Amino acid sequence: MLGRRKHVNRTIAAQPSSARLLEVSDLHTRFKTEKGMVKAVNGVSFTLDRGKTLGVVGESGSGKSVLSRTVMGLLPRRNVEREGSVQFEGREIEHLSPTAMREFWGTEMAMIFQDPMTSLNPVVKIGRQITESLRYHLDMPRDQSDATALTLMKSVGIPEPERRLNEYPHQMSGGMRQRIVIAVALACGPKLLFADEPTTALDVTVQSQILNLLAQQQRERDMAMVLVTHDLGVVAGRADDIAVMYAGQVVETAPTRTLFAQMRMPYTEGLLKSIPKLEQPSHSRLEIIGGRPPDMINPPLGCKFSPRCPYVQERCRAEQPPLIEAETPGHYFRCWFPVGTDAGREALERNLAAHVPQAEAAVSGDSVLAARIETALDVPAGASAETVPVER
Amino acid sequence: MAGSGKAHLRSPDEALLRVEDLVVEFPVGRQMKVHAVSGISLDVLRGETLGLVGESGCGKSTTGRAIMQLPRPTSGKVEFDGRDLTKLPGEKLRQMRPELQLIFQDPISSLNPRRRVGAIVREPLEIWSRGESKKRDSVVDEVLDAVGLEPSVSRGRRPHEFSGGQCQRICIARALVLDPKVIICDEPVSALDVSVQAQILNLLEDMKQRYGLTLIFIAHDLAVVKNVSDRIIVMYLGKLCEVAPPDALYKTPAHPYTAALLSAIPVPDPEASTHVDAAASGELPSPLAPPSGCRFRTRCPRAEEVCAQEEPQMRPIVGSTDHFVACHFPLVDAEDLPPGPSTAEVAIAGAK
Repeated sequence: MLGRRKHVNRTIAAQPSSARLLEVSDLHTRFKTEKGMVKAVNGVSFTLDRGKTLGVVGESGSGKSVLSRTVMGLLPRRNVEREGSVQFEGREIEHLSPTAMREFWGTEMAMIFQDPMTSLNPVVKIGRQITESLRYHLDMPRDQSDATALTLMKSVGIPEPERRLNEYPHQMSGGMRQRIVIAVALACGPKLLFADEPTTALDVTVQSQILNLLAQQQRERDMAMVLVTHDLGVVAGRADDIAVMYAGQVVETAPTRTLFAQMRMPYTEGLLKSIPKLEQPSHSRLEIIGGRPPDMINPPLGCKFSPRCPYVQERCRAEQPPLIEAETPGHYFRCWFPVGTDAGREALERNLAAHVPQAEAAVSGDSVLAARIETALDVPAGASAETVPVER
Repeated sequence: MAGSGKAHLRSPDEALLRVEDLVVEFPVGRQMKVHAVSGISLDVLRGETLGLVGESGCGKSTTGRAIMQLPRPTSGKVEFDGRDLTKLPGEKLRQMRPELQLIFQDPISSLNPRRRVGAIVREPLEIWSRGESKKRDSVVDEVLDAVGLEPSVSRGRRPHEFSGGQCQRICIARALVLDPKVIICDEPVSALDVSVQAQILNLLEDMKQRYGLTLIFIAHDLAVVKNVSDRIIVMYLGKLCEVAPPDALYKTPAHPYTAALLSAIPVPDPEASTHVDAAASGELPSPLAPPSGCRFRTRCPRAEEVCAQEEPQMRPIVGSTDHFVACHFPLVDAEDLPPGPSTAEVAIAGAK
């Protein structure tokens, strides 16, 4: 790629100075497959201000990675249907040509992926991987780009950067590689960074190092970040806002403290309760969510979480709840019988009395019951929309 | 120590599995070797869950595999049920294998994608000619049912038709089918989502009760290990740092490395500080040339002269009978070791 750069006008340079950086509204992404249309992202809207962090949380298969790729414009055009709008600094990026997108990536938005081994080129030296975007986007001469690469490597905490420049990815540990990936992503000073499970492949100690590094770089560069993860613990202390995703939808979103203090969505509650906590005595029974995220070709009718939800009622199976605003401004959720309200408490009591398996599995942590809910979800032909046929 | 010593071992009569001075080294050419495990001792009582925790590369998986004699350790003793596995010749060792089973990290890649689940779980029974051929299916059904898989549905399916969590259940079923005494779980939940992780952790607890198992649970996440274990061993670069019951380890970590590990765990509470212990920064030194003395000294905030020269020995914490630390400057007071042979003398004695 080096040296082949044509002078594409940097139209993106003109920027309004409002605080709003990214505005995503009613975004849909569907994949055409042989089995049918996979509705991976189903009407997601969110906004992100400059320098802020949004945490996107959900299980595998909840559509969080597809969401970030759609916003970045990284999905192939074939067999993918997209709808909705993504506005970056007031400009609609859905309509940008591939050439214009190339100017966007790296300088305006950048992305870090989960596995640092596969996102670096194994046969290219570290130095060149960092300088590539500098030379392509900023037309930097070689000596200057090398110097910038060294500064970048120092700022992401790589010891002996001079030596590392001439090494290959396989010569470094996972944590070091992820630092390199971060250096590559930060090279051209993007305004928005997508971090898609940046620490899932790493150890706990390295994870905290990488998260702290990201936070520090974000402060220094006044960069906005979308932190995608399956672990509520990772975003708790680091995100300004959190969006919980399930089945391609945002099911609850709020400023971080509000979300933890007054969570309304049973799914968020389930995610939080299933994390083993250090302060609990050992051998504490963990609360669990039975089953797994639904098949996105034939998602359940009504609330998508209803087949797994301990609070599930008839209405949930029939009618999809809209995003309702809670008492606190900026807090939205999708639930007919929210956690922490009388309606929710009554629903749970009713379910426990009626031995609804989802409710019993959640409260007792019965893993076998949870697996049966999952098996029941496998029954094809839309059976998941009805009462889960589980026997004890 | 990361240090040596056996003060933490309990009486040999009580232990189902007792490992002494286990050393695993891998030659890597030019007379260099990877010091994966360097003289650790541990024991597991019948019905106990022992948690092994540490960063990648600290030798915890190697320890698990060396106990299984996969491959045989470079030196040391692995006593299981009164027999030293390291001394058992090939066929005798093979006869012991049904007693010890392994569960691996990635459930999907540890199942043969071309075989049906029924056949995968049944195979151990066939290899060992357990029971009559016709009755084997009912054993398979029973164990599949125990791990929460509907036998009639799942037997005929192949692994790709199951989710990651269900595949881990299949792996657990396969390990259980021979009715083993010990199961070594090598990062069984690291590849799973938090929601599924909770299911598998609860399942392991249930299976332990139901089948009277003894577990060795290997993981890098201290919160997970704490939840399932009766006793936790913290490892660093092929050595032991601290041995303690889970709640004591959390309340009063004695080794600076344990404290660092604890501080690195992300807490799902926005009010909690994200401050991380200084010792959690930095990287594991190369196991080709581990640091002298205490191996943790290169990252330790409390390291002094003596740490580079003398390897700390495992010693009990003052006022506790089951909490041990190998550190010259522990975070809580530890008892002085009774005057005995110095490290150097022990090494010489060991060489004899």
